[in-house]
Amino acid sequence: MSEAAHHRPTGLSRWLFTTNHKDIGTMYLIFAFMMAIIGALMSLVIRAELFEPGLQLVDPNFFNQMTTVHALVMVFGFIMPAFVGLANWMIPMMIGAPDMALPRLNNWSFWLLPPAATLLIISLFVPGGGPAAGWTLYPPLSIQGGMGMDFTILTVHMLGISSILGSINIIATILNMRAPGMNLMKMPLFVWTWLITAFLLLASIPVFAGAVTMLLTDRHFGTQFFDAAGGGDPVLFQHIFWFFGHPEVYILVLPAFGVISQVIPTFARKPLFGYSSMVFATAAIAFLSFIVWAHHMYTVGMPMAGELFFMYATMLIAVPTGVKVFNWVATMWQGSMTFETPMLFAIATVFTFTMGGVTGLMLALTPVDFQYHDTYFVVAHFHYVIVGGSVLGLFTAVYYWLPKWTGHMYSEGIGKLHFWLTMIGINLTFFPQHFSGLAGMPRRIPDYALQFAEFNMWSTYGAFLAVFSQLIFFYLVWKTVKGGTKATDQVWEGAEGLEWTVPSPAPYHTFETPPKVS
Amino acid sequence: MLTTCLKRIKSTIQFLGTGLMLLPGMVLAEYALNFQAPATEIAREVFELHSLILKIVIVIFIAVFAVMFYSIFAHRKSRGHKAANFHESTTVEVIWTIIPFIILVSMAIPSTATLLKMDNTSGSEMTVKIVGYQWKWQYEYLDHDISFFSTLSTPRAQIENKEKKGENYLLEVDNHLVLPVGKKIRFVLTANDVIHAWWVPQLAIKKDAIPGYINEMWTKIDEPGIYRGQCAELCGKDHGFMPIVVEAVSQEDFNKWVSLQKDKAVSAAADSNKVWTKTALMKQGKKVYEKSCQACHGATGAGVPGAFPAITGSKIATGPVKDHLDMVMNGKAGTAMQAFKGQLSDADLAAVVTFERNGLGNKAGDIIQPSQVKALR
Repeated sequence: MSEAAHHRPTGLSRWLFTTNHKDIGTMYLIFAFMMAIIGALMSLVIRAELFEPGLQLVDPNFFNQMTTVHALVMVFGFIMPAFVGLANWMIPMMIGAPDMALPRLNNWSFWLLPPAATLLIISLFVPGGGPAAGWTLYPPLSIQGGMGMDFTILTVHMLGISSILGSINIIATILNMRAPGMNLMKMPLFVWTWLITAFLLLASIPVFAGAVTMLLTDRHFGTQFFDAAGGGDPVLFQHIFWFFGHPEVYILVLPAFGVISQVIPTFARKPLFGYSSMVFATAAIAFLSFIVWAHHMYTVGMPMAGELFFMYATMLIAVPTGVKVFNWVATMWQGSMTFETPMLFAIATVFTFTMGGVTGLMLALTPVDFQYHDTYFVVAHFHYVIVGGSVLGLFTAVYYWLPKWTGHMYSEGIGKLHFWLTMIGINLTFFPQHFSGLAGMPRRIPDYALQFAEFNMWSTYGAFLAVFSQLIFFYLVWKTVKGGTKATDQVWEGAEGLEWTVPSPAPYHTFETPPKVS
Repeated sequence: MLTTCLKRIKSTIQFLGTGLMLLPGMVLAEYALNFQAPATEIAREVFELHSLILKIVIVIFIAVFAVMFYSIFAHRKSRGHKAANFHESTTVEVIWTIIPFIILVSMAIPSTATLLKMDNTSGSEMTVKIVGYQWKWQYEYLDHDISFFSTLSTPRAQIENKEKKGENYLLEVDNHLVLPVGKKIRFVLTANDVIHAWWVPQLAIKKDAIPGYINEMWTKIDEPGIYRGQCAELCGKDHGFMPIVVEAVSQEDFNKWVSLQKDKAVSAAADSNKVWTKTALMKQGKKVYEKSCQACHGATGAGVPGAFPAITGSKIATGPVKDHLDMVMNGKAGTAMQAFKGQLSDADLAAVVTFERNGLGNKAGDIIQPSQVKALR
């Protein structure tokens, strides 16, 4: 105990120099929340401009910067760091390890993020403004932009390095530091999904780094990788980008699947149905995610064989994804369920993610995708997947583990209020976008034809509701950190796993001697 | 045997799905909810495919979540339900892996058939080349030696909320793409600057126009009429302001239209041979500026600092005429500044350069004649 106290500096240096997985996890989560606020405010700029036809608030150039930076901030600044934060906090505690395998590297992975995010936000204020080519950064459009684009490229590099280091750390921790007796097929599913996610990151991020580096040299050093006039190929960028971009989707959502797979058994008071098929389904999704990238590019004019291959491969993803959903439902079946806030969020995640899943299946079909592609139908689809899957999954995790982190129970009443307002908000925002998309509204436009007016108005109301509801969440977390009913070690009646055997709040150092897993 | 079985499943699903979709449809009759009315055989096929898939996924979705919500209702602790302890069943897991697979195959078959049809551009009767520009379309009738640009015609005042918005707000252009009905028309697409995508929902065709690439697609329109679409790939600032209007006409009307275009070309040539007065040049130049330059350089010539340079007081617009003409005619590589020599006539180029040098707060004092432009070509 005295040694533990020795290793614990206070004040600013505690956070700057910390190598403690819990401190670093907390910093990741706080950073992610700040980024979520920034990204959400940008989405409100977008929704406010789209409230009615005509240009009211921002000029089209700034609108494009908002859609671009909103996406980059949400994907790279909010969701990815938030899940890394969860991994930091929970993986050592779930596998009975004292800390992450590479604690100093862990510190550096985190501290790369704030400068990277700052660079991205600053880009909005440099001459010419921020990146405006969409988060996909397609050349030649991304070649045209001002220096904001270069800021973005450097941001992507720094975030990429952070992710790669983080993944190496997670893989090393999981493979080397499990408590005696915990073989791979006994690991909690959250650990499994993160192990697989970390491999996805390792395989895809360097490819993206390559793509943006080629963009950078095209912009400044006279190369012509993507310039047709110099013998380059603009479509090449899209292939490289989506080779990263599609696995990225699963990077964002697989850890959420892991969270759901922890939470549903707890509140159903029944073991997870089909543990091994869950693991294999996750691995199958990860594998397939590397061979479906060109379904984002059906309209670029690929040869027929390519269109067919990517259509069939994409459709196949529905099989393992279906297995996961069926397993969750089967876990609930014949359980003895209670519906505390984490369970509500878990059920909602299954529901809304599946909605995004089925529209994903529709988008997989090439001939109809020609109609859906680059419309609001796609916008609705991926927001159902990312907000309905990843973000609700994050809320599930925070409510589930908050008592373990803080030692206090949160207020169920406020939690449920937050849940219902969030659900109404996001569905009101994104559900009508299916219709505008089918009716022909292209995405990434600052102004639109009159027949799309009603649904856009709904969407805007929904967005404001969804974003402002998060003030309740902030208040709830703040209040729980400050005080509240003392949480028990197990916290939830049906909770099982090593993290529930340590006291609440979890002490600064846990499992200094490894537990035995039978 | 198998096909009748599949047909029966299909019709059952269609029946269920139609019922589900009618519900919101009746309540929200005035809202645009689904695909626009298809106007070609392919578009009808795509629409049917879309409806079929939509119904299948709605049925699956409802079935899965009916089970889940029943369980939420029945298997809750507050009703005294005791948890069972089962956690695997190979039979069940195999079944719910195989059944989705079979459903997927049944979706893949009609999709593949439609896709093959859409891809088949052989036997076309005429070809139109479509070129995407920031932010307008160029149409070139390869069989008729006709070429023109098509730009948004919605007045600026409507976009800026100073005037009431018209019925076809943002979906109207100055020059329609006029096409004959009942003919298989092949389109070849490319782009001049960045990637665009040409999409008309009622024809169910969308393809990217990519610099350095030639993409192909085709259509055969059933009925005369106006079919509207938009650019579908983010292409910069005015991506939302480069619509597409297809005007389908009978073969007879199409022939008339073709000869009218030929006459116009002759009178444009005459314009470039005559000597213009300064007033006429300024008047025409203002028109050309508003259509071709204003999007980037702004109504007053102030540009957008950092993104698009100003014209007012610029070195180019106040310096030698030759440099100014060179910039406008040949553009500047790697920027949004296009080469306008292929887009504008000699007279329009002369007019717009005169306007930029003597309007927008500049006072160069010189005027440029179409003959000067012609000499530089």
